[in-house]
Amino acid sequence: MASLKDATAIVGIGQTPFAKQLPESEKALACRAILSALDDAGIAPAEVDAFASYTMEETDEVEVAKAVGAGDVTFFSKVGYGGGGSCATVGHLAAAVATGQASVGVAWRSRKRGSGPRPWRNTAVQLPTPAQWTRPFGLLRPADEIAMLTRRYLHEYGATRDHLFNVALACRNRANQNPAAIMYERPLTRDMYMTSRWISEPLCLFDNCLETDGALACVVVSAERARDCRRVPVYVHSVAQGLPAQHHGMVNYWNDDPLSGPAWTAARQLWKQSDVAPEDVDVAQIYDAFTALIPLSLEGYGFCARGEGGAFTEGGALEIGGRLPLNTAGGGLSEAYVHGFNLITEGVKQLRGTSTAQVPDAATCLVTAGEGVPTSALLLRTT
Amino acid sequence: MADAPAKQEPLLTPVVDDDATPYWEYAAQGELRVQECATCGEPRFPPRPCCPHCASFTTTWRRTSGRGRVWSYVVPHPPLLPAYAARAPYPVVLVELTDAPRVRLVGNLVARAGAALDSVPLERVRIGARVQAVFADQGGVVVPQWILERP
Ligand SMILES: [Zn+2]
Repeated sequence: MASLKDATAIVGIGQTPFAKQLPESEKALACRAILSALDDAGIAPAEVDAFASYTMEETDEVEVAKAVGAGDVTFFSKVGYGGGGSCATVGHLAAAVATGQASVGVAWRSRKRGSGPRPWRNTAVQLPTPAQWTRPFGLLRPADEIAMLTRRYLHEYGATRDHLFNVALACRNRANQNPAAIMYERPLTRDMYMTSRWISEPLCLFDNCLETDGALACVVVSAERARDCRRVPVYVHSVAQGLPAQHHGMVNYWNDDPLSGPAWTAARQLWKQSDVAPEDVDVAQIYDAFTALIPLSLEGYGFCARGEGGAFTEGGALEIGGRLPLNTAGGGLSEAYVHGFNLITEGVKQLRGTSTAQVPDAATCLVTAGEGVPTSALLLRTT
Repeated sequence: MADAPAKQEPLLTPVVDDDATPYWEYAAQGELRVQECATCGEPRFPPRPCCPHCASFTTTWRRTSGRGRVWSYVVPHPPLLPAYAARAPYPVVLVELTDAPRVRLVGNLVARAGAALDSVPLERVRIGARVQAVFADQGGVVVPQWILERP
C-alpha cells in the first residue's frame, strides 16, 4: 500500500509579527505570511497549485490565490474543529502532493484573535449539539469546558497546579529566548502563577493561551523537489488525524473515558506509520491552548503512562536539556496563539537548526494540534 | 442605543431539537428520563436518531431516579456573558447519573429549585457529592437543576 512516509517535505515557512493588535486585515496578513513562506522556499507564487487551511479561516482560497498570484489550483481543502485542524492542513497537502493532485502546496492560518471578537460571545447563532447541553448552565467558554476535564484529571491522578505551572513556565522560558514572542520580555514566576486571577477554576490566567493577531504559512512539495530547494528539507515522516469512536468534541463528557481524547486516536495512527517511537522524539511542539492539554497529550502520544502526565513535567523535563523540550518558541501560551500554526513553523525551525531555543542535533520533532477536539499530528524528520 | 436603559439579559435557553424533544417534555413534567435503545437496551446521550451499538431506530425513554454524583465541576469567573457574570463565581457541575453512569449531565448546583447560579456556597461543592435532580423554568424551557442530598 502507498505511504506518505517521507514522501513530502516542508521547504518554506513564513510569518507576520505577532501582537495584541495589528493594523492590517486578516487577508493582508495571510498574503504576507504566504509570500514570505514562498520566498523562504525559493518558489514562485505562480507555481502554487494547492491550498489548505482551517474551516475557521476567514480568508478563502479564491481571495488568497488571486492576491498572491497563484497558478491554476487543483487541490484545496479546509479542516474543521478549530485548532484541531492545524497539522491536518499539512497532512492534506502531503497527501495531495504525494498522489499527484498538485505539486506545490501552501497551508496557512491568519487570525486577529487579539483584536477581534471572542467566538463564545456570539449568542446570535443557535446553540448546536452539544452546546445546548452545556452553555445554558454557564459552561460558556473553551476554558470552562477544559477546566471540567482538568478538575477530574487532578482528582483522579493526584496531579497538581504545580504540574500545570511547570507547563506554563517551560513555555514562558522559551518565549523569553524568542524576540518574536509576545512574552519575550516578561518572565513568569511561581508566585505570579499561584496568585493570578482565576479564569475558570481550576484554570488560572496563566493556564490560558494568549489572544493574538498574526498569520503563518508553510510550503509543502515532494521529497524529490525538496532536495533541490534552498533550505534543509523537513520531511513529513508521519501524519494523522483523530476522531475517536463516540467522541463528543470539546465537551467529551459522555463516553466511558472522557480523559482519553482524540490525541490517543491520532497517536495510534501516527506511530503505526512511523519508523520511530516516542522515545526517539528530540523536541515536541504540543498544542497548548490550556496548560492541562499538555499532561493529557503526553499520555495520549505515549511519552508516559495514563495518569503520569503531571509527574512527567517534574524536574525540568519540559525545559531545554530536559527529557522532552516543549514548545521551544513559547507556544500558544507565551509566543502567540494562532490556532497552533506557530507550533508547525517552530518544528521546522528546530529541524533546520535555527530555533531561538535550539535543541542540539534535533532530528525528530512531534507537532500536535488541539487536544479535546477532533485533532491531528505531524512527525517531522530531517532524514 | 447608549441612552437605552440597561436590560437584564436572560440566561441562555437550551435548544429543543428533534432528537431531544422527549427529554425536555419529560423534564417539564418533573421527570428525568434518558434515551435508550428499544432493541438492545443501551442508554445514549446526547439523544440521537439511532443506536451506535445495534443501528436500531426504535427508542424508549427510561425514567431515572434523578440521583447522581458530582463527577467534576468548574467555577467560572468573568469575562462571561452578562447574565452569568452577574452571578459569578458560580459552580457548574457534571453529574454522573446513578442509574446510567455514562450519562453525565452538565447543570447548576442550587440551594433549591429555581434558585440562582450562586446560591450554594462554593466550599460545599466537591467531586463525589450526592445530588438529586429538581426542575425549574429557564427562559421557557424546564431544565433539571441539582441540589445536594446533604446540604
Ligand atoms: Zn441498540
